[in-house]
Amino acid sequence: MTRAAHAAGFRIERTTRAGRAGLVAAVLVLAALVTVPRWGDASTMRILVEFIALLVLAQMWNLLAGYAGLVSIGQQAYVGLGGYALLVLADDLGVNPFAAVPLAGLVAAALALPTAALVFRFQGGYFAVGTWAIAEVYRLLVANSSALGRGSGRTLKAVFPLARETRELTTYFLALAIGVAALVAVYAFLRSRWGLGLMAIRDSEPGSEALGIDVFRTKLGVYLGVAFGTGMTGALIYLNLLRVSPDAAFSINWTAYPIFIVVIGGIGSLEGPLIGTALFFLTRELLADQGAWYMILLGALAVGAMLVYPRGLWGLVADRWDVRVFPVQRRVAWDRPAREP
Amino acid sequence: MAWVDTILQGLLLGGLYALFATGLSLIFGVMRIVNLAHGDLSILAAFLAVVVVETLGWNPFAALVVVVPLLAALGYALQSLVLNRLLGRGILPPILVTFGLSIIIQNALLETFSADSRRLDPGGIETASVALGSQLAVGWFPLITLAVAVLILVGLQLVIGRLSLGRAFRAVSDDQETAELMGIDHRRLYALAMALSLAIVAIAGVFLGIRTTFTFASGPDRLLFAFEAVIIGGLGSLWGTLVGGAVLGIAQTVGAKLSPAWGILSGHLVFLAVLLLRPQGLFTKARRVA
Repeated sequence: MTRAAHAAGFRIERTTRAGRAGLVAAVLVLAALVTVPRWGDASTMRILVEFIALLVLAQMWNLLAGYAGLVSIGQQAYVGLGGYALLVLADDLGVNPFAAVPLAGLVAAALALPTAALVFRFQGGYFAVGTWAIAEVYRLLVANSSALGRGSGRTLKAVFPLARETRELTTYFLALAIGVAALVAVYAFLRSRWGLGLMAIRDSEPGSEALGIDVFRTKLGVYLGVAFGTGMTGALIYLNLLRVSPDAAFSINWTAYPIFIVVIGGIGSLEGPLIGTALFFLTRELLADQGAWYMILLGALAVGAMLVYPRGLWGLVADRWDVRVFPVQRRVAWDRPAREP
Repeated sequence: MAWVDTILQGLLLGGLYALFATGLSLIFGVMRIVNLAHGDLSILAAFLAVVVVETLGWNPFAALVVVVPLLAALGYALQSLVLNRLLGRGILPPILVTFGLSIIIQNALLETFSADSRRLDPGGIETASVALGSQLAVGWFPLITLAVAVLILVGLQLVIGRLSLGRAFRAVSDDQETAELMGIDHRRLYALAMALSLAIVAIAGVFLGIRTTFTFASGPDRLLFAFEAVIIGGLGSLWGTLVGGAVLGIAQTVGAKLSPAWGILSGHLVFLAVLLLRPQGLFTKARRVA
C-alpha cells in the first residue's frame, strides 16, 4: 500500500475472508488426503489419482482457454506424448519411472515449441481445429512407429520389479504432489505480475499491448507451461494405468472431459474446475453403465451453461454471495469517509 | 501409368473434400466462426440417408431430396436458436458450443445406430468406371462427385457475386454494424448462411456414405480434412477449397500407395508443410484477416 493511496482514502485488497477460510479448508483436505493410504484400499487410491489427474488437466485447460484465450481442442497431444515419454524414459532409457513423470512433462513442453510455431499462425476457431489436427498427426506418427508398439501400444514394464503396494503408494503421493503443485503454481502465476498481464490481455489485447505487455511471449509462455503440466499428468495417468496405446492416449476425451468440467464448473476461475471435477466424478458414478448417455448429458450441460450461465456454477455462487476462495483479482477497498474540515 | 492413376484418383477425391471444405469456408467467411460439429453433421446426414433408404427403399441419390432440406432446416434452427445467442461474446462460446454439439451428435449416433459401420448402396454406379485409353479408368461416381463440387462452387460464386443475398453476405462479413444500418438483419442472414452450409454438408455426407463406409465416429476426420483443404487452398478463397481438396486428396492417395498406413498421415504432413512454407495458402489473391 502506498502513501498516496492511503491519503486518497482507499486500499488495494486481494485477501478475502472466504480466501482465508478456503486456505484452512485446503489444508484440512490435504491432511485428509495424506491419511488415505492408512485407511483406504487400492481402488480408492486409484480413483483419487484419476480425480487429481483430471483436476490438473482441467486447471491447465482453464489457464489456457479461460485466461490466455487459447482455445485448444488438441491438449490430448500432450497427454499422449507424456504417456509415451514415460514409457520410453522408464523402459528404454532406464530412468526411474517416478522420476520420469516430471521429465515426461519436459518432453511434452519441448515438443510444444515447434507445435506452437505452427498453431500460433491461427486465431480463434481455426486455432482450435489446428491444435486438433496436430494432435492427430502425433497420434498417427506414434501409431506408425514400431518402436512404440504401433497401434496396439506397449505396457510399462519398469514398474514390474516393484512391490505392488510400493508402486501404488508412490503413485498416489506423486499424484498428490502434482495436484498441489499445479494448483499452487496456477494460483501463484495468476497473482503475479505476469498473471496480471495475462488477464489484461484477456480483457483487451490492443490495450495491454499499449501498456507494454508482450502479448505473444506471454501466450507462448502459458502454452508451454500448460504443455508441461498436461504432459506430466499424461505420464501420471499411464503410471496408474500401465498400458499405453495411441488411440487411448491421444483420445479427444482428454480434452473433452476438461472442457466440460471447466465450462460447467466455471471458466476463468480456479474454483470452477474444482467444482466441475467433483460433479464429473459424482455423475460418472451414477451413470457408470451409460457411456454414451453420460457424454450426451455432459455435452448438453456444457452447451446449456455456455448459453445461460457462461461463467458456470462457480460464477453463480461468486455473483450471488460475492465469495472468492482463491482470490486473484485486486479490488479497491474504500476507507471510512474522510472527515472533511 | 500406375502413378498417373493414383494422382487422378487423388484429384477426384479432392472433389469430395472440396464439398466438405466449402461449407466450413462459407460459415467462416460470413460470420467468422468455425463450426466444430461440421464433420459430425455430415455423418448425421449420411445416417439420415440410411434411414430414408431403409424405410422407403429409395436410392441414396433420391434420399438427398429429404436429407438436404432437413439439414438446411437444422442449420437455420441451430443458428437462430443457439449460435445467434452467443454473438458479441467473443471467440470462446461458439467454439465450445459447437464442440459440445460435436460430442452430443457422435454419442447420439452411437446410441441410435450402434458402433457398426454403414454404407449407402446406390445400385452399381459406385463401381462403374469409364476407360481413358487402354490402361486408365476413372470411376463414374468420383467423377460425379467432382462435377457436383464444381457445380456447387459455381452456384455459390453466382449467389455471392450476383444475388442481393450474396451482397448482404459480403456486407455483413466486411462490416456488420454498417450493414445493419443499411437495413440488413444480420441474425437472419447468419441463419441463412448456416442453412446453406449444412445443405452442402448434407450432400457431402451422403456422397461420403456412397464412396466409403462410415461410423458414428467418422465426423472429426471430415472436419479436419475440410479445415486442411481450406488452409491449403487459402483462407477466404472459394476456388481455393477445390485446389486445397485436390492437393489433400493427392497427398493421401500417393501416401497410401507408398504404404497403406501412411495415407491420412501424408495428407496431414502436406498440410503442415503448406502451413510452414506458405501460410497464406496456395490460391489466395489477397490476404484476408482471419
